[in-house]
Amino acid sequence: MRRFLPNLLRLATLAVLVVFLFRPELFEPLLKPLVQANAPAIYNQGSLLSLTLSHLATVFAATLAATIVAVGLAILVTRPIGAEFLPLSRSLVNIGQTFPPVAVLALAVPAVGFGEKPTLIALFLYGLLPIFENAMTGLSTLPPAIVEAARGTGMTGWQRLTKVELPLALPVVLAGIRLSVTISLATATIGSTVAAKTLGEVIIAGLQSNNLAFVLQGGLVVAVLAVLIYDAFSALERVLARRAGRG
Amino acid sequence: MIEIEAITKRYGDTTVVDDVSMTIAPHTITVIVGTSGSGKTTLMRMINRLVEPSEGTIRIDGADNHAIPGHELRRRIGYAIQGHGLFPHRTVAQNIATVPTLLGWERRRIDAKVEELLSLFQLDAAAFGPRYPHELSGGQQQRVGVARALAAEPNILLMDEPFGALDPVIRAKAQDDLLAIQRHFGTTIVLVTHDMEEAFHLADKIAVMDKGKIVQYAAPEEMLVNPATDFVETLIGAGERPFRLLSVGTTGEAAEAGTADGEPLAADASQRDALSALLWSGRDALPVVGADGEPIGRVTLAGLARRAARPQ
Repeated sequence: MRRFLPNLLRLATLAVLVVFLFRPELFEPLLKPLVQANAPAIYNQGSLLSLTLSHLATVFAATLAATIVAVGLAILVTRPIGAEFLPLSRSLVNIGQTFPPVAVLALAVPAVGFGEKPTLIALFLYGLLPIFENAMTGLSTLPPAIVEAARGTGMTGWQRLTKVELPLALPVVLAGIRLSVTISLATATIGSTVAAKTLGEVIIAGLQSNNLAFVLQGGLVVAVLAVLIYDAFSALERVLARRAGRG
Repeated sequence: MIEIEAITKRYGDTTVVDDVSMTIAPHTITVIVGTSGSGKTTLMRMINRLVEPSEGTIRIDGADNHAIPGHELRRRIGYAIQGHGLFPHRTVAQNIATVPTLLGWERRRIDAKVEELLSLFQLDAAAFGPRYPHELSGGQQQRVGVARALAAEPNILLMDEPFGALDPVIRAKAQDDLLAIQRHFGTTIVLVTHDMEEAFHLADKIAVMDKGKIVQYAAPEEMLVNPATDFVETLIGAGERPFRLLSVGTTGEAAEAGTADGEPLAADASQRDALSALLWSGRDALPVVGADGEPIGRVTLAGLARRAARPQ
């Protein structure tokens, strides 16, 4: 029962979200009171569904790239051969986090032009730190007896990494990716200031035309996506942690 | 046969293992004892090159252990550690199959080996094979750890305080299991412990280490009668000597002709257990039976007392 109710709530939220994206006009009566007379209550300058999909695609691409780079770096600096790169890698990803995404957008536009690219760069840089730090933690706090046993059974360095260390560190790495994805989902909205196709478009359109309904529907879709994806990652982490005997 | 020749390990200015030479005979159990920091674990880990020596050589069956890459060497040598070190994300069967899989055995051969080992360790293959290590008790995990070490049928098994995390009841059982397994496979076992009781129970030969050096390397009886230094004597414990002497031999060896009343003793129980049973039952003699249950004689208090006395 304790598990059942939250899951039911999540399922219901997902259902409402899907219905809203496919048939937004059904929700018009609800949003109508928020707008001035004659103003549209449902975003009418593009499809909400396609904006949501391209928002997700942008976040997915940026997080995937950040994961590959951050986990790669974490693996490198936890090997004896790469240990001296640890301070350098730390500063690099820290700089990525320190730079506000808006500043990155502003700097990236002259270099790569308007559209998706500046947003991808900003999200990529911003997403590195949580993944790197978690992957570092996961890989450097493995139980010593297990690492020792992996060497003792005659695994090569690569086999130890792929068969023992990464699988055991996976729940912690996933927690980092979860943080990064959640931040990126929200941050991606500002990408629309430089013409990226994201849900930010709806919010910006609402702000420009003083349309509260637009701002609300853009913001809510992003918020619901963030909550659902966060929960999905948490559930996956729990399953993996239990499997790894840490749960 | 393991020949250790003038092996030394230094970490910076500290010498952990200092010019140690010893020869370990095949198909025997050698126990290395010493206080913590005596270098016993380091010495053992140089055999499978988990630690690389600073000087000296180790030969296994005549071949230098540096002749092949370290990971290939380790696949040929079983290795069991305290706290078992099982991979928590792999099932019991997958854990046992680790080394055979690395060696590229056929699936069917691996499955057969896993099943054989599980039943040898009194674990039901169908029930335990698919389970994860954290679903097992401490004693079961330890058995799976040893089974994994034996999976590729190594000639040599290295054990680093394998029973250290077990409670006394399970530990005694695990030690007896190990003796049975060693007789079954004829494996050469090198075991590191700080528990003298364990050493005398298991060892064919005991090596006592102190400050990186081997102070005595001898059969248990020899060590009891002629301890090389005061340190060895302290380690053995002067008050324990007669009992340790009895724990080395089996009841079968102490059996005399004749009959006696009372609960019979198994011939493979230690003489120490026999003495204990005699004292507790208040009798002067108890019958001894073989593994098949046939009586083979009796043990007497007087007989055991003679055996417990310092050999002349």
